[in-house]
Amino acid sequence: MSAISLSKVVKAYGKLEVVHGIDLQIAHNEFVVLVGPSGCGKSTTLRMIAGLEDITDGDIRIGDRLVNDLPPRKRNISMVFQNYALYPHMNVRDNLGFGLKIAGQPPRVIEERVMEAAEILGISELLERIPAELSGGQRQRVAMGRAIVRHPEAFLFDEPLSNLDAKLRVQMRTEIKKLHHKVKTTVVYVTHDQVEAMTLADRIVIMKDGYIEQVGTPMDVFNHPVNTFVAGFIGSPPMNLIPARIAGDAVVLSDDVAVPVPDRLKAHVSDGMAVTAGIRPDDMTPVGHGIHDTDQMAAVELTVELAELLGTETLIYSHLAGHEVQGKMFDPRDVAEGETLEFRIALDKLHLFDAQTGRSVRAG
Amino acid sequence: MIRYFRTRQAALTPLLLLMPAIVTMLFVVALPLVFSLWTSLTPYRLTRPETIEVFIGIRNYVRIFTDDDFWAAFGRTILFLAIALNVEFLLGLGIALLINKITWGQRTLRTIMMFPMMFSPILVGFQFKFIFNDNIGILNNALQSLGITDQAIPWLVDGRLAMFSIIFAEVWMSTSVFAILLLAGLFAMPRDPLEAARVDGCNAWQVFRHITLPFIMPFAFIAMTIRSLDVARAYDIVQVMTDGGPAGRTELIWTMLARVGYENARMGQANAMAYVSTILSVAFTYFFFTKLIAARRYMGGAE
Ligand SMILES: Nc1ncnc2c1ncn2[C@@H]1O[C@H](COP(=O)(O)OP(=O)(O)OP(=O)(O)O)[C@@H](O)[C@H]1O
Ligand SMILES: [Mg+2]
Repeated sequence: MSAISLSKVVKAYGKLEVVHGIDLQIAHNEFVVLVGPSGCGKSTTLRMIAGLEDITDGDIRIGDRLVNDLPPRKRNISMVFQNYALYPHMNVRDNLGFGLKIAGQPPRVIEERVMEAAEILGISELLERIPAELSGGQRQRVAMGRAIVRHPEAFLFDEPLSNLDAKLRVQMRTEIKKLHHKVKTTVVYVTHDQVEAMTLADRIVIMKDGYIEQVGTPMDVFNHPVNTFVAGFIGSPPMNLIPARIAGDAVVLSDDVAVPVPDRLKAHVSDGMAVTAGIRPDDMTPVGHGIHDTDQMAAVELTVELAELLGTETLIYSHLAGHEVQGKMFDPRDVAEGETLEFRIALDKLHLFDAQTGRSVRAG
Repeated sequence: MIRYFRTRQAALTPLLLLMPAIVTMLFVVALPLVFSLWTSLTPYRLTRPETIEVFIGIRNYVRIFTDDDFWAAFGRTILFLAIALNVEFLLGLGIALLINKITWGQRTLRTIMMFPMMFSPILVGFQFKFIFNDNIGILNNALQSLGITDQAIPWLVDGRLAMFSIIFAEVWMSTSVFAILLLAGLFAMPRDPLEAARVDGCNAWQVFRHITLPFIMPFAFIAMTIRSLDVARAYDIVQVMTDGGPAGRTELIWTMLARVGYENARMGQANAMAYVSTILSVAFTYFFFTKLIAARRYMGGAE
């Protein structure tokens, strides 16, 4: 039995349908991240699970209960909002204990759980302060504390870190991960930041325009994106996508650039097929500065147009077969703009998508 | 030496620039205050101007404090204030909550709501005097036509009913002060905490009680401050509708004060009352202001 299950869930605002019948099973204690570009329906989906939005069609179950028509308070979930949504007139202690108080818990239990949550989140010193007297990061912690005191069946997070500065965001990201290890509970987490999704998730759900594009472990969606959208969305910098054509045993990128079709994909392509070739920047490196030679290797010459030094690696912008591409130089040396370098492409990491449907050729 | 003057001048500049304001304040506020304070310490009568020079200490105050009628008017003023403010708050809150809910015609309603405030209190008084008139008033007329009663209810003649009628007029005229300020509060209310509360287990009433109400209370305190000043000096409506009658049963501090000052021409004693009334107003204002400031502390973190 899943902790949360969505089946054929539809959401429409008036005539405008924004979520188109999605299916999703979330296991107990699983950390699931909904990710996708702005406006794809992540928040809407989360809010339907919370009960803050009615569902237009389909079923939502939490545990073994059908919750379609239950108000939020009867769903035994808690939610962390993007803007923290603390109660402005209550101090931290009362903010944390509010849900328990409403549930009619005795003061002793409330005190105990508040202290426990404050301890876990390191906000014990802030209990008497009101939200106006807290920093963004502290408010975020209080918001999470408020979620965990109630020992709910599931936590819902809606972009909880997007209002924090970059450094704090990374720090809180780690803390959320740790928190999940400590407080074993089902988590549904919404973000539009794919790095956050990759680092936090047990499973990632990639959404686009109200549809689920792919569900899988971070490893899975990174290594086997089912279509060009997922391929371009997951991974930073994004995968290079180049239109190409299959000619015999070669992927022809342009008149003068062609690479062999990797063995593992041979069965999935046919002669003359129009495809999109996908190569991650990490898999396209100058000779001697990255991937080790194997037999599955192609060589191309690229002219450096821009080099971005990132420290342990340098990002190289160039054009391949008339399309802008990025490659990576590991263990970097200084490169001049205009310099021509010989690159290696790891063919075992090459992705091929059907140009018409955008779907991975492996997926058929 | 020149330098010295220069710096002196620079230091004086703010003072100089403030001078017009200071002078105006002196003439408009301070002088009359001092003057009336002085007259409250004399047996000043409008008909005998020379009495203004006789100092009698606090005898005027002693007289009003030992006067049962004064205390009755004083108590009635506070009662009047308490009832009017509470009723206006509750009605205003109800109206604000309703208007906040509707999506269509909201602007129009907001404007219509302001209408009672646009009329002169004197005219409102006259209007209600005719509505409540026991012989020709439309209220009795309506009640009789509907068969609810066959008697002429003495709205403005019976002491209790007269008080009720006056409060009714006052409430009719000024509920919108509360409604408008509370509506502003509801508009400023962030939506997230309401949703958080619903997820936290609140039903609609609990959300209102624990989240909405505390948030809009500062706005109610602003309205209360304004209205307490207003009601504590209520005069026009009362004067027009009952003139303090019947038999002084609707006499408030200010109607009594005007009677003593102008009809009996005993300005000294009237000014003593005015001072007491002023202190009452200050006390109310202070009370609501402290509440406002206490409540405002958290408003900065509303987001
Ligand atoms: N109340 C509403 N009425 C009409 N359309 C809405 C409403 N709320 C959301 N939408 C639409 O539904 C779609 C999905 O919105 P949603 O808030 O779920 O996006 P999101 O994925 O959370 O985006 P973001 O990353 O920007 O938060 C959007 O196109 C949005 O315009
Ligand atoms: Mg969103």
